[in-house]
Amino acid sequence: MTLFLNRRHMLGALGAATLLPARLAYAAAAPGERRFVFIIQRGAADGLATLAPLGDPAFESARGALAADFAGAPKLDTTFALHPALAGVSALYAQRQALFVHGVGIPYRDRSHFDAQNVLETGGTRPYEAKDGWMNRLLALLPGGTRAMAVSPTVPAALRGSRDVTSYANSRLPDADAELMSRVSQMYAGDKQLHALWESSMQAKAMAAGNDDNGQDPVATGKLAASLLSGPQGARVAMIETGGWDTHYQQKGRIERQLKGLDAMVGALKTGLGPAWNETLVLVATEFGRTVAPNGTGGTDHGTGSLAMLLGGTVSGGRVVSDWPGLAQGQLFEGRDLKPTLALDAAIAGAVGAHFGLDPARVLATCFPGGGSKPIGGLIRA
Amino acid sequence: MADVEIALNRFGLGWKAGEAPPANPRRWLTDQIGRYDPAPAAIAALPRTPEQIGKLASLQLDRQERRQNRAEAAKDPAMEPTMTPAMMPAAQPRNEAQLLKPLRDSYVQAAGARMAHTVATDTPFMERLVAFWSNHFAVSIEKASVLGLAGPFENEAIRPNITGKFSDLLFAAVRHPAMLLFLDQAQSIGPNSALGQRAQRRGAERLPGINENLAREIMELHTLGVRSGYTQADVTEFAKALTGTTVTGLGRLARLLPYDSGRTAFVEQLHEPGGRTVMGRKYAQTGEAQGRAILNDLAAHPATARHIATKLARHFAADDPPPALAARLEQVYLKTGGDLPSLYRALVESPEPWSNPGAKFRQPWEWLVAVQRATGLTVPAQGGQFSLNQLGQPTWRPGSPAGWDDLAASWAAPDALLRRVELANRYARSLATLDSRALAPKLFPESLSEPTRSAVARADSGQQALALLLVSPEMLRR
Repeated sequence: MTLFLNRRHMLGALGAATLLPARLAYAAAAPGERRFVFIIQRGAADGLATLAPLGDPAFESARGALAADFAGAPKLDTTFALHPALAGVSALYAQRQALFVHGVGIPYRDRSHFDAQNVLETGGTRPYEAKDGWMNRLLALLPGGTRAMAVSPTVPAALRGSRDVTSYANSRLPDADAELMSRVSQMYAGDKQLHALWESSMQAKAMAAGNDDNGQDPVATGKLAASLLSGPQGARVAMIETGGWDTHYQQKGRIERQLKGLDAMVGALKTGLGPAWNETLVLVATEFGRTVAPNGTGGTDHGTGSLAMLLGGTVSGGRVVSDWPGLAQGQLFEGRDLKPTLALDAAIAGAVGAHFGLDPARVLATCFPGGGSKPIGGLIRA
Repeated sequence: MADVEIALNRFGLGWKAGEAPPANPRRWLTDQIGRYDPAPAAIAALPRTPEQIGKLASLQLDRQERRQNRAEAAKDPAMEPTMTPAMMPAAQPRNEAQLLKPLRDSYVQAAGARMAHTVATDTPFMERLVAFWSNHFAVSIEKASVLGLAGPFENEAIRPNITGKFSDLLFAAVRHPAMLLFLDQAQSIGPNSALGQRAQRRGAERLPGINENLAREIMELHTLGVRSGYTQADVTEFAKALTGTTVTGLGRLARLLPYDSGRTAFVEQLHEPGGRTVMGRKYAQTGEAQGRAILNDLAAHPATARHIATKLARHFAADDPPPALAARLEQVYLKTGGDLPSLYRALVESPEPWSNPGAKFRQPWEWLVAVQRATGLTVPAQGGQFSLNQLGQPTWRPGSPAGWDDLAASWAAPDALLRRVELANRYARSLATLDSRALAPKLFPESLSEPTRSAVARADSGQQALALLLVSPEMLRR
């Protein structure tokens, strides 16, 4: 492993973790104001096409034609440049509200989307080891009555578990009348599963009032999520699913569209939240990265090390945190992928813990019980 | 009587208005294997694969022409004086939608024909299995090239092969153009193939190479199942063996190779030469025989038997497949060399699927089909696809090659439930003359619950009564 980055990156990654006392007292916002949103990128988003290590001497030769995406892209620092489609995220970086953790990995090392997404969402070390999702377990650490929400018709694995989670997404169906709704409610009263689902949907519907535009576009989703996270009764934990990241073929144009969508979604979320953005942490993460070299069809195949983003008003941003493994052939994982050098669960536990005023070690033990690493500190403003 | 409901709902697609309940539920199911029609008239009349690939090819040509026109317009500012380069891409989506229209229309037509047939069929157990296998070998119209081919894929690769051996179904499914395009096999080229060597000699800027997508998903999703012992090296070797299998008449290959259009072909010039080793076994065959030999071994592998047995047990018994049922099906698979009708009979003859009524939560398509069978309602093709979209399960559009999930937790969710209520209300409006009080006991002779019965009886209108019945707990499960 060659480290060619300046010390700053390393300090961010490792230094602060050792300085954390076992328990911290936090005096930030009153409990219940902080918001956490997980935007999952399903399909293995290409971290190297999102945040490119232009300063790595092997970058251009290793990436071949894919390096062209970054011709003229503004550099964030001496090493990294952000894909030009991420204009809004780039502005957040300039305001120190965006932080990137590069070269991260989940404990799972094979290359199945479905197994890897299961590990990413359940917080286990092996696929299907944990039955519930890490975000559902996180709720146990937050003040009672903290509401969680999936911004989709169904509840993704990360939010499933014993604590109630609701789901809501933009619908193009006309509303049924209130009388029917209340009779459905009565009919389900004795059915445990349907009763819980129905009550939950009725609450979410009330919360979304006015923002239920019928599009499926990222801006509408960001706006809807903001409305569901607003107000005293709003959710404080939410998850948004994005797909389309599995760029085996002709990656160039597709990754550009994908990143533009993500950028617009984050922008709409920020606008919709207004001042609450200052109390918000957004995590963007994917199950694994993609091969460093392009494949035979202008795309990339399933890889390993990937990128995570932390965005929002509480983020100690304007930095790339990385223990950069390097892209030269001998530095790659199994000779083909970016080597994961930081644990994604350590980054999540460090960020989410500090954001909510929880002991990050406790968050790690609860949400990612098999994880051996220490939470990464210093990701959130003190 | 409970057996009748299990046969109708869990194995079948719901009671169909006007039908007498089967006197012998088990025989009613096994008889369907022989009565199954792989090519019913409405489905046989749909456009077939070569025609659809022709449409796709002309769309590619249109796109190319448009790109050239744009490039020329950009060079000649006099042509489009008000158009800046930044504005041009914005004009694209509308044109793209227009270009895709013929393919989109045929998708809606094919999806509508599928829905109509599943509603009308008198072999619902077999139509459920069509959907099961189509989902096992999922292709998704998320990829535009699959848009016109998802229907032909199900009708030509899945339907004719669900009453034979698994290996034949596997071979037909993974070699169909829809799959080759969906999982990028059509463009996977051996780096040392004749074409690859030519490119190297020419010093081409982009050298052809393999794409391992299909090889990986065959091992992970279609045959062995994930975590069954194969490695990255096995995936890469298998991907090399598969090179050469492509779709003719599309893209660069259409110009390079003198083949007739619109079908799967093995093109020797793309195939990576040499022997391969997959899961410790050596494959010295040359050409197409190599990939076929590996596929045959994958189909016969005990891990495949376990994988298929588990999925069938999950679909017909419970989200957590009963181990005894899965083990029994696995043995039948191994003993019969993957004979699918033997598996179907073993399912019907096993006790597990006949217990715990309502253990499976109906997926959106199952619910929509059951609603139509029960009420006689006909949802038009376009409307049916709109509804399935809103319910989160657009036909042939799962979010991944793994297909739709077969677990209640994936479908029983607050918003999804609200949408079923909204749709039920809408359907009920057009069926206001139906007497739900009479319909309810016909649908659920054994399991009609008191809350459902009284909700229907006390409803303030016929429409409301029917809406309630259509979203009753009994109707949402099988």
